[in-house]
Amino acid sequence: MTDSKTTNSNTLTESKNMKPTQLTTRQKVELSLSRRRAAETRFRMYGMASVFFGMLCLVVLFTDIASKGTAAFKQTSLKTEIFLDSSYLGLTKDSKVDEVRFANFEGLIKRQFAKNFKPSGRKETRELFKLLANPEVLDTTISIELLMDDDVDQWFKHDRDLSTDETNDRLSTKQLSWLNNWVEEGRLDTHFNTLFFTNGDSREPELAGIHGAIKGTLLTLMVTLLLSFPIGVAAAIYLEEFAPRNRMTEIVEININNLAAVPSIIFGLLGMAIFINVFGVSRSTPLLGGLVLTLMTLPTIIISARAAIKSVPPSIREAAYGLGASKNQVVFHHVLPLAMPGMLTGTILGMAQALGETAPLLMIGMVAFVVDVPGFINDPSTVLPVQIFLWSDSPERAFMERTSGAILVLLSFLVLMNTTAVILRRRLERRW
Amino acid sequence: MHSLPDHYGTLMALWTGVPALILLMTWHLLEAPVIDYLLIAQLPAEIQAADSAQIQLAISKVYNLASSSGLTADPSLMPAVEHLAALNERTAILNSGIALSLCLVCFVITYRRIQPKLRARTEMESIVNLLLLSSSGIAVLTTVGILASVLFEAWMFFQQISPIDFLFGTTWSPQVALRADQSGSSGSFGAVPLFAGTLLISLIAMVIAVPIGLMAAIYLSEYASSSVRKYAKPALEVLAGIPTVVYGFFAALTVAPFIRMLGTDLGLEVSSESALAAGLVMGVMIIPFVSSLSDDVINAVPQSMRDGSYGLGATKNETIRQVIIPAALPGIVGAVMLAVSRAIGETMIVAMAAGLAANLTANPLDSVTTVTVQIVTLLVGDQEFDSPKTLAAFALGLVLFLVTLILNFVALKIVQKYREQYD
Repeated sequence: MTDSKTTNSNTLTESKNMKPTQLTTRQKVELSLSRRRAAETRFRMYGMASVFFGMLCLVVLFTDIASKGTAAFKQTSLKTEIFLDSSYLGLTKDSKVDEVRFANFEGLIKRQFAKNFKPSGRKETRELFKLLANPEVLDTTISIELLMDDDVDQWFKHDRDLSTDETNDRLSTKQLSWLNNWVEEGRLDTHFNTLFFTNGDSREPELAGIHGAIKGTLLTLMVTLLLSFPIGVAAAIYLEEFAPRNRMTEIVEININNLAAVPSIIFGLLGMAIFINVFGVSRSTPLLGGLVLTLMTLPTIIISARAAIKSVPPSIREAAYGLGASKNQVVFHHVLPLAMPGMLTGTILGMAQALGETAPLLMIGMVAFVVDVPGFINDPSTVLPVQIFLWSDSPERAFMERTSGAILVLLSFLVLMNTTAVILRRRLERRW
Repeated sequence: MHSLPDHYGTLMALWTGVPALILLMTWHLLEAPVIDYLLIAQLPAEIQAADSAQIQLAISKVYNLASSSGLTADPSLMPAVEHLAALNERTAILNSGIALSLCLVCFVITYRRIQPKLRARTEMESIVNLLLLSSSGIAVLTTVGILASVLFEAWMFFQQISPIDFLFGTTWSPQVALRADQSGSSGSFGAVPLFAGTLLISLIAMVIAVPIGLMAAIYLSEYASSSVRKYAKPALEVLAGIPTVVYGFFAALTVAPFIRMLGTDLGLEVSSESALAAGLVMGVMIIPFVSSLSDDVINAVPQSMRDGSYGLGATKNETIRQVIIPAALPGIVGAVMLAVSRAIGETMIVAMAAGLAANLTANPLDSVTTVTVQIVTLLVGDQEFDSPKTLAAFALGLVLFLVTLILNFVALKIVQKYREQYD
């Protein structure tokens, strides 16, 4: 720096002796230097700002969703005592299982709360029924935890500290006073929300869970993997090793590259027109979803598998040929095993793409409201991203929380898959 | 020796398994249409004479009747229901019987062919090659399938609505009334507002994504130290890996209310489903797409060009602006075109954050709708298949497919051609 400054001042003093209008090139350059350096710094700053902006978006996105979603893993419940009145339930100690199952537990709970508050029904009924597998407890008082309604849940988790003046449009003043009483008695508490992971979809936010969606996702991905991996690898081997270099092959290659960039919603149209209307595959099933996602991920897998095959050095092939192996033996015994890590990495990335895909599945009926957990690939089901889409449409605040919770689950699946891909690449991929 | 023992074994296995497997697959694919066809013959004559929609309705009634006995049966459909039950029973037996006997026949034939003379390896390898060839054919079939389905349905649509009205009409209200005498019974299918909305949102996305993506690529490839690059590049690419439904949720529940609040504070009228929110979030999603593609082309510019520029006394940013960018320009243009096609085809963000109202406006604070949103709204849920409302979705799909195909094709050509120059 000091060097350039001294030369700078020298030339300036020199220039005073000359006519001021005629600058040498050297002087022109030196006069412009500070401007050029400023431009350089500015340009660099723009670059840093761009990278920073990208990172910032990532951080904002994650914190926003995490702050909304973590509460979904907690659920408020009320600890209460209940007297199992045998005359009200119409049960005796010798009642059969079926009679117990259809006994009016809900009425019992309602009676207990008489004009009080109405908690939602199903879970506590089940708990009571479980208790009554042992009929000894009839006519005794037991302590159970009642699942609270989503409005109570939201109030307890978020708005409890707000002053009572702020009107809660979901709960009446009377209800709020009961709730406050219960809070003081320490009977209201939050627990880990296991129902969120064990229930299917529901219209009631406090009962809605992602088990059905996760199962549907796994089944769909299983179909996709079983179809797209063998077909993709086979196609890559053919194009890379066996295909003659001619016009046909070129068309196939251009075709695959273009398919990789076709909007995913178009694959939904294809699935609808061809698979449903022509071949009669039933709607909303993981089988259909898997078929559509296979066609969608196939180009990705083919492209990455071809890159993996290409990276196997010719010396391996030549050594195998030198030992008298046939073309097929070279490919299947030597090239394929060496290219396998790369292919697997590409496949996992393709699966991650399929896991996050929503649009084509909307077209083929996976938006249906499915309460039951799908058993196999031909049961109607939904998938995790579609479940997120469905819940995000619901007006209840509790559903927004659950949507964010489901997004967190989806993102952790994605992180898991991508980390596996990265580790696989680091561990297994060889540099030649 | 021309063949090893395991070549004979593999040949046997292939001959025994593959034909039966192919038979089973084609059987399953063709079963439903063939059964439908046979059932139509069993329907009462007056239904057969009616149009295809009524036949479809009757067929689905027959399926429902056959699967659950409790429904009240329409006696005229009963022969078809019984026929269906019989058919189902028969196909199950026929199906497995034929497949098994095919296995057996192929096994016996191949077994008798196995002689030392038989060139098992050559034969096996050609079968394997055929299987590989057909796998790569699936990609081509997919394109053909897309084109066939979209073209066919779009053609049916254009028989009811003229393509001129569709492409140049400015009113979009696809709701077709049930009765002809209701008001607005015809439904109008002028897609210009949709095209305009799509372009507006894509434009906003590009205004965000192109400068930021490009500058990020330049910074990472020219300025950043290798350790920064090692962490920053994958971190940016995480943005591309986030499912679009997550972006949609973020746009609809965080960005859109924020923009609305900001606008109200500034005294502007902002729609709660503004194009700006969807466009901004879409832009963020596309940043890594632009940056990683431009990164590739910038890295492909040979070092000698940089050295030449430095030798003439240019600063780093002058070198970048006057040497590297012009040299990489075709590739960057290609990358931007790919990003545009991505933005046009993006569905979930706009489906969740943009509106349904087909406004013809250039105001980013207003609510607009896009081609993809309309495809989703027209097709989600139950619908009769040959109403213009459903078919319109396929016509939109055709436009979308063609536009993105052309963009991709040209962009890939540009990128490829450019890469070859410096290889």
